Amino acid sequence: MMAEALARQHRIALTGNDAVAYAVKQANVDVISAYPITPQTFVVETLSRYVNDGELNAKYINVESEHSALSAVIGASLAGARTFTATASQGLAYMWEALYAASGLRLPIVMALAARALSAPINIHNDHSDFFGMRDAGWIMFNGEEAQETYDLTIMAFKIAEDPRVLLPVVVSYDGFIVSHAITNFYALNDDVVKEFLGVRTTGPKIDPDNPRSYGVLALQDSYFEFKRQQYEAMENARQVIQEVFKKYGEISGRNYRPLKEYMTSDAETCIVAMGSTVGTARHAVKNLREKGEKVGVVGILQYRPWPVKEAEQLFSRFKRIIVMEKVMSPGARAGPVYEDITATLYPNYNVKMIDFIYGLGGRDIPAQGVIDIYKRGKELADKGKTDKAYFYGVRGE
Amino acid sequence: MSTTVTWREIDLGGSVAGGTSEKYKTGNWRVEKPVIDYEKCVRCLICWLYCPEPAIIRKGNEVKIDYDYCKGCGICAEECPKKAITMVPEEI
Repeated sequence: MMAEALARQHRIALTGNDAVAYAVKQANVDVISAYPITPQTFVVETLSRYVNDGELNAKYINVESEHSALSAVIGASLAGARTFTATASQGLAYMWEALYAASGLRLPIVMALAARALSAPINIHNDHSDFFGMRDAGWIMFNGEEAQETYDLTIMAFKIAEDPRVLLPVVVSYDGFIVSHAITNFYALNDDVVKEFLGVRTTGPKIDPDNPRSYGVLALQDSYFEFKRQQYEAMENARQVIQEVFKKYGEISGRNYRPLKEYMTSDAETCIVAMGSTVGTARHAVKNLREKGEKVGVVGILQYRPWPVKEAEQLFSRFKRIIVMEKVMSPGARAGPVYEDITATLYPNYNVKMIDFIYGLGGRDIPAQGVIDIYKRGKELADKGKTDKAYFYGVRGE
Repeated sequence: MSTTVTWREIDLGGSVAGGTSEKYKTGNWRVEKPVIDYEKCVRCLICWLYCPEPAIIRKGNEVKIDYDYCKGCGICAEECPKKAITMVPEEI
């Protein structure tokens, strides 16, 4: 890392949850409202400590449910505040209607999601069912692979959300327990650097008694569609804004983010696609496979919504085979959501054989050997042309 | 809301300048309309208190139904202690 960039930051060891709380404190939010839920709880516990100890001058609102948590933050955001909430799993499911209110009202709320499985049966461990469940809610969606990415994305999330061309809520997801509870070293920007990067919120709706307006109005057949079309455009605008923010953040921190993370892809014939902590495991597996002469690479998804269409088109059209690993199932669908995003991106000009694997539900562990097994089986299935359905990995009886 | 405004010009996030509910007349939702018999009315103002819209206009102790906004729910007729309000079917 360049000396100038190093001088702007410090090395710190925190859990993924505390890395998020640290970023939120540095972002100097005005209002936090949340309800505890495993594995996110430590985010808001740490934030409440910051507020109590006077390290963060924010209003911390205790509420009786996640539905209320997001609703409280929506109200605060409408008042012009910089706001934050965090949740996981059932908590996110309980927020569902308010998710659409936040994006429809064009509020730059930032939310952390310690990704966790959904009931039933009840399970507290990581998969991406909650994350993909909010796919169409109109939120910008990022996924951090470890504490460093999660911290950086949380800081950048405020910048992106509050850009006047965007004004949409942002969710930063990271794997429950695997990232949320693991203590790792990472670089955090110094407080003054974050302060300068983010400034204070000046954009978006702001309730003003001297200029009364109605928010959350009834909009029927004559106007609802126009409001939604405008909201769609904000997500399109976000593509450019994210690119700009990534670039600016890269200049400050020395860490240059891209929507899709590539590893050993330049000459790869087969590409393994993953999201979250599995991306690191897949890199390790690919390193081993490369030593045995396999032409394989990894693509990790950092930016899920807006889906990076151009980047995905250029990247994925290069491979002979794509093996998508999904920690979510979409019963009755042709395949998982990422598989469908990639096929839709490449359509109609593609010859690549695509295989979808559902793995790791409810926190079922995926070691590097698991990725190697998926690669070998996926390659064989692709070469036989058996691409007509999604396959399972790591479930007994399969 | 003007029906000529496109998505490019429409206000952000479904917000509008105040006072729109005044322009939104709900009187045509009505199936039956309340009619006050002022001979029976004792000006107790109970109908005015109970109207959820509020579509009963009060001036001093005098009450008048505002048919531009009355949705015809019938609560006033139900609550009137003197049975001075009758629900009359609207003619089409």
